[in-house]
Amino acid sequence: MATATLDRPVEPGAAAPPPPAPRTIPRWVWVLVVLGVWILVWSFTRGDDTLVVSGTDQTSRHVDIGDFANGLGGSAFTQAIADGINAIVEFFQGLISTPVPPRPAPEIGWLGVTAIATYLGYAVASWRIALLVAASFVSFGLFGFWEDSMDLLIVTMVSVFFAVVIGFPLAIWVGISRRAVAIVTPVLDLLQTMPTFVYLMFVFILFGIGAPNAVVCTVAYALPPIVRIAGFGIRDVSPTALEATDSLGQTTMQRLVRVQIPMARKTIILGLNQTILAALSIAIIAGYVNGPGLGKPVLAALTQNDFGAGLVPGLLIVVMGIMLDRTTTAASERAERVSRGGGEDPKRRRILLGALLIPVAFCVWYSRYAIDAAVFPENDLTRRVADKANEWMASITSALDGIAGWFADLITNSLLNPLQALLAESPWWLAFAGLFALSLVIGGRRALVPAIICLTGIYLLDLWNGTMVVLNMTLVATLLVMVLALVFGVWMARSRTADLVIRPWLDAGQTIPAFVYLIPVLALFGPTRFTAIVAGVIYAAPASIKLVADGVRGVSPGVVEAGRSTGTTRWQEITKVQLPMAKGSLVLATNQGLLFVLAMVVIGGLVGAGALGYDVVYALAHQDYAGKGIAAGFSIVLLGILIDRVTRAAADRAGADSSAPPKPQGLGLQRLLTWR
Amino acid sequence: MRHLHKRRLRLAVVVASAALALTACGGGSVSEQTKENEAKAGAGDCGDFKIIVNPWVGYTADAYVVGHVAEEELGCNVSYVELKEGGPSYQALASGDGDVILEEWSHQAELKEAVDNGTAVDLGSPGNVGIIGWYVPGWLAEEHPDILDYENLNKYADEFKTSESGGQGQFLGSDPTFTQYDEAIVKNLDLNYKVVFAGGETATVQAFKKAQENKEWLLGYFWEPQYVHAEVDLARVKLPEYEPGCDAKKDAVACDYAETELKKVAAKEFADSGSPAADLVKNFEWTNDDQNLVAKYITADKMSPEDAAAKWVADNQDKVDAWLG
Repeated sequence: MATATLDRPVEPGAAAPPPPAPRTIPRWVWVLVVLGVWILVWSFTRGDDTLVVSGTDQTSRHVDIGDFANGLGGSAFTQAIADGINAIVEFFQGLISTPVPPRPAPEIGWLGVTAIATYLGYAVASWRIALLVAASFVSFGLFGFWEDSMDLLIVTMVSVFFAVVIGFPLAIWVGISRRAVAIVTPVLDLLQTMPTFVYLMFVFILFGIGAPNAVVCTVAYALPPIVRIAGFGIRDVSPTALEATDSLGQTTMQRLVRVQIPMARKTIILGLNQTILAALSIAIIAGYVNGPGLGKPVLAALTQNDFGAGLVPGLLIVVMGIMLDRTTTAASERAERVSRGGGEDPKRRRILLGALLIPVAFCVWYSRYAIDAAVFPENDLTRRVADKANEWMASITSALDGIAGWFADLITNSLLNPLQALLAESPWWLAFAGLFALSLVIGGRRALVPAIICLTGIYLLDLWNGTMVVLNMTLVATLLVMVLALVFGVWMARSRTADLVIRPWLDAGQTIPAFVYLIPVLALFGPTRFTAIVAGVIYAAPASIKLVADGVRGVSPGVVEAGRSTGTTRWQEITKVQLPMAKGSLVLATNQGLLFVLAMVVIGGLVGAGALGYDVVYALAHQDYAGKGIAAGFSIVLLGILIDRVTRAAADRAGADSSAPPKPQGLGLQRLLTWR
Repeated sequence: MRHLHKRRLRLAVVVASAALALTACGGGSVSEQTKENEAKAGAGDCGDFKIIVNPWVGYTADAYVVGHVAEEELGCNVSYVELKEGGPSYQALASGDGDVILEEWSHQAELKEAVDNGTAVDLGSPGNVGIIGWYVPGWLAEEHPDILDYENLNKYADEFKTSESGGQGQFLGSDPTFTQYDEAIVKNLDLNYKVVFAGGETATVQAFKKAQENKEWLLGYFWEPQYVHAEVDLARVKLPEYEPGCDAKKDAVACDYAETELKKVAAKEFADSGSPAADLVKNFEWTNDDQNLVAKYITADKMSPEDAAAKWVADNQDKVDAWLG
């Protein structure tokens, strides 16, 4: 049963006989008891009170929510914000991306922009970064997506700017005040688990379409990482450092500016990185409301079922992510070196930077003069790459067709259908009671309040049945994620070579937008719930695999050695020593797996999974169903928070009796490297 | 040593950028082209023309053909506003971010509200007719011709079983937000099928493509105009004939789908502006075959929407002339 894995991802073989006498009954027995009672009651009441709300129906509560949302409308205030954002974005577009007629090219052509960016790369970081930046920019033009790439860069930069302006003060507040954590965390949870489609809906009611919508959505979605991670960094500065400097009699402000922020610099930059990646991850969805950027060609390729044509802009988003990530990281490292008095002679450097301005100025001038330096010359590279990719996809899907269908049927019939029968065909009160009991058994007392609030909230939102269908798919997908995480995680932890070979694939799986791989997945599995599960697994497995690998590797070598000296086999070593010792990481990997899978619910709705994801997409197109879409969005949020709190409580309990405490602690609900 | 290495790198960057600059020498100058553009723009008094583009290929064909004509013949400054259909598109009409919707299928609530509060006007049909029906892949129609009659569907129900259909035959619905009452038809015709929704156009198209390629059993909702007809052979299953009113009560429907008149919708302000682009949109009219052809240029022949539109316009100047009146 999938639910059992929540409790203990791995049973250390047959329970070692004999169990210590005074111990209480283990948790997994209670899980079985709850499930047993649930199934018993279910067998009499199956199909009663399931609260199904079918595709095009909605309840009066949904209508009320919709009326409220549509009644919000734009005001002079939101209009002013929208106009302001439009003005900023259009200014930069005219400068580097979109020509203002009658000019055939933007003010600065591609050669000039590339030169400036390369120069900046050198100035803030190093030659190596400058080369990376130059290569990235040339690839944007070479593949024929110069304008879309620049648009995405502009929207991302403007959004990140606002996210930092709003987020950094919040991060400081979270860093110095306990109360702030309690107030801000639920808001951030909401912002991060709310499906982006629901943002679009709200935001277009308030701010219209296009760049303002894209920027507002992106800011909302990119805010949590910087607040959480930077706040955590500031809070985590070692108490000894604070005491030592406090003894000099500093004010709170001095302490913050001189000690806490500088010491937390690394974590703050990590937060900034995550914010940039989160901002890029929204690019595709923003394409649905004319948000400028690389999302548009990806969506266009999706409507044409042209995998290759979507793959290229999808990969360029990844290129941009890598470029921005490496540049910010290298820049912070350089700044740190310089502040410690390292780095090269400042005078020589100033002269060099000054001298380099000459070729940059030449490139800028030339890109305003010659048409080929202004507009990237056209070529058919993208089409050729896309055709190759389509050929590969066709041969791979036809080779795997039989086995893929067999596997999909196996999982559907053995896991998905039985579990769905239990969750979605139970009367709501039975499922409510069952889930509540399981939350307590798994998460302990700390799960009590979240379980009551979340389950009651889901019931009140009138989409109980859809939520159960989503929960079912989430659990099955997470089970598959954990199987992969255990196999590959342990393998990577035990073999350096495996780690080196597998890790880049994990990065790719995590960063490539889901809309790109929907077509091959559909070609293999057809429009089914299983397709949605596969999309979720591709997205979620990398994070969980990495967490398991790091956890298992973190098990102290001494313990493993001790085991070896007593002559354990390799299998025993893994199952009896490494995995039990890394239990905290395993539970954390499950937590992240569940949340990542849940983030794919809406995409799943587009490929045959229906339920809440579908309601959200429907509502975006049909204003009279806005309330149902919003209710679906909040149901997903509540489900996410419930899952997070229960598994986190379980992780802390597991962490208490395993050697390696789960990290990162205290961040609250958080998905690292989130791309949707 | 490290110094030398750095210097070499620096040199490489300078050389590379110089080389790039030199290769760029071939083309003309920016100011020449600006003047050319100015001369061209002076030809008409059209101004900005913002065409809303909803995410399906047939619509893309409508938009780029109209856009191409507006640009070339009327000298408009055309931009394409890519938006999800329904809510966001009507929002754009109201806010002035978009001027026209060229292929409206089913958003009656939004359309009525926009017309009622005076932000949009209904400009009638683009000539396309929406044909909705039940389809099977071509191979199935060839090997089992009697399947094209709904009365024989129950005979084959077992063949259509899938892991999603719970013991009955699977009927693949498409996007449940499209005009559809498949569940009612299945029930009222006593068919032993379960409607499973694919969720969207991409998923539906992929399912029919795959079924035809791999000779799989598939029965589902499909429609025309749709580009995939040019690539994949699909056959329509005969349902009891449509008669006016037989679809009046949604859960009592037991007949085929009616033909849907598609609509052009314009922002009120744009329609009244006297822009030649507004007249072009009012006159724009073509057939399903025309649209499918342009869509085929885009999908099967991998042309860009601009090139596809230009090709069709060049081949059909007579039709275009009629729009220009």
